Amino acid sequence: MSTSEPTAEAVFNNPFGTRITPDEVIDTISFFDDWEERYRYIIDLGKQLPEFPQSLKNEELLVRGCQSQVWLLAREDQPNSIVQLAVDSDALIVRGLAAIVLAAYNGKSSRDILAFDIEHYFDQIDLLKHLSPTRGNGLRSMVKKIQLHAENMSR
Amino acid sequence: MSFSVDAVRAQFPILATSVHGKPLVYLDNGATTQKPQCVIDALNTYYSSQNSNVHRGAHYLSDVATAEFEGARQVVADFLNASREEILWTRGTTESINIVAQCYAREQLQTGDEILITAMEHHSNIVPWQLACERSGATLKVVPVHDDGSLDMEAYDALLSERTRIVAVVQVSNSLGTINPIAEIIAKAKAIGAVTLIDGAQAISHFPVDVQALDCDFYAFSGHKVFGPTGIGALYGKRALLEAMPPYQGGGEMIERVTFAASTWNELPYKFEAGTPNIGGAIGLGTAIRWLDNQDRVALEQHEASLLDYATERAGEIGGLRLIGTAPNKVAVLSFLLEGGHPNDVGQLLDQQGVAVRTGHHCTMPLMDRLGIPGTVRASLSVYNDKSDIDTLFNALNKVKTFL
Repeated sequence: MSTSEPTAEAVFNNPFGTRITPDEVIDTISFFDDWEERYRYIIDLGKQLPEFPQSLKNEELLVRGCQSQVWLLAREDQPNSIVQLAVDSDALIVRGLAAIVLAAYNGKSSRDILAFDIEHYFDQIDLLKHLSPTRGNGLRSMVKKIQLHAENMSR
Repeated sequence: MSFSVDAVRAQFPILATSVHGKPLVYLDNGATTQKPQCVIDALNTYYSSQNSNVHRGAHYLSDVATAEFEGARQVVADFLNASREEILWTRGTTESINIVAQCYAREQLQTGDEILITAMEHHSNIVPWQLACERSGATLKVVPVHDDGSLDMEAYDALLSERTRIVAVVQVSNSLGTINPIAEIIAKAKAIGAVTLIDGAQAISHFPVDVQALDCDFYAFSGHKVFGPTGIGALYGKRALLEAMPPYQGGGEMIERVTFAASTWNELPYKFEAGTPNIGGAIGLGTAIRWLDNQDRVALEQHEASLLDYATERAGEIGGLRLIGTAPNKVAVLSFLLEGGHPNDVGQLLDQQGVAVRTGHHCTMPLMDRLGIPGTVRASLSVYNDKSDIDTLFNALNKVKTFL
């Protein structure tokens, strides 16, 4: 389990799961009818994730199976027993997709994380249809990593 | 013979299709080339009216299939200026190299021996040699590249020694398009008694290859990169070397006689072709090569060279675009980075506009490490691409820039 250093506090400061909810993402994406607006929105979502300091862009936090590099950090907020998530990537679109995943999971309890139907979520935003299997795999391995964190925390 | 790119394009049905509602602009020819109608027809004809196992049937269809299959081998042999016994069917370049690494390097090399490759090799011309080194005790040595992506020939001269037993070099870099001076490389290797293997995967569709003139010992290529089907390729090997090598895999077809005490091997090339081969693939590849042979090769080369010039010129007009690989001698490959965008972002945003490119490390991780980049966006051109494809690419790149 990775725990954050005090200097890394800022990376958890993102609006996903709180101000930006899965429903909002679904509504906004389905509103767009052309690819340009959809991709601009996804990239803009990614820009709302604070960048990781170099020290956090390490092997341990790296998500396997992504074509570009994705780093994921998770911690448990003890008194409330919720999972806080931070993510960064060196690619803009993947960063946006990771933000969309965070909208579903960040600030939730382990129980809520494990109960969330992520496939249904992806279907609703038509997300994986636009992704090649390799890109979809990267996103899925990020989801797996979050679910694993949640399982470990609920023990 | 007059050359018309429109007449060439018209023979490739896939080029008239659309992706994401946009006309396809296919610039991923380094990964695989598209197939002309005659190759598609040859596969169709084979499976519709000729399908049968080769070499052993006691019936009409088997004779037809065998004639077609061996005819295709002769086509490949003529194409490379080799004799048919020296052409082994393989699954592609990767398997061709593995055969030499396993059946020659692993058998012949020992501690103290060296295998020389270059820093621009595809993983398939690195890893088989690493495995052979592990088993034999030999050492892998690497010729460095210059910043522009050309090979450091002074370093090559310095690394070549009496310990060098094998020189395995890529003829054309898949990531950068660099054409290596293989005639010189082979001559120098030969002078010190080393065996040479040329990875011709990226060269074979761009210009003629004559293995006798080159005097290489082995030459490997893939069918699908020269307008043929996937899953078929060839290894050329000099007869004396192939005769001395043990079989690659055991099974049917590769034997002369089998008893439980011992087996004896079939003659060349069958010794290396255990099991039922990719008959349809071989026939398709033969058709592809006949098709290419019937084109005006000089005109095709000139066409590709003018496309590269035009693309390089247009690349210079795009702010923030950095070309990776600017060797003086190149095939029509444009590898680049766009400021502010990861190669994957650029590739995905091009794809949405109907432009197919490859992004990433192109299976040349050590080369990317050497150049200090995570990967590139690669537009690799072929004979059927035209100026309008390049215009579409750069218009699409200008749009991509608005996202970054």
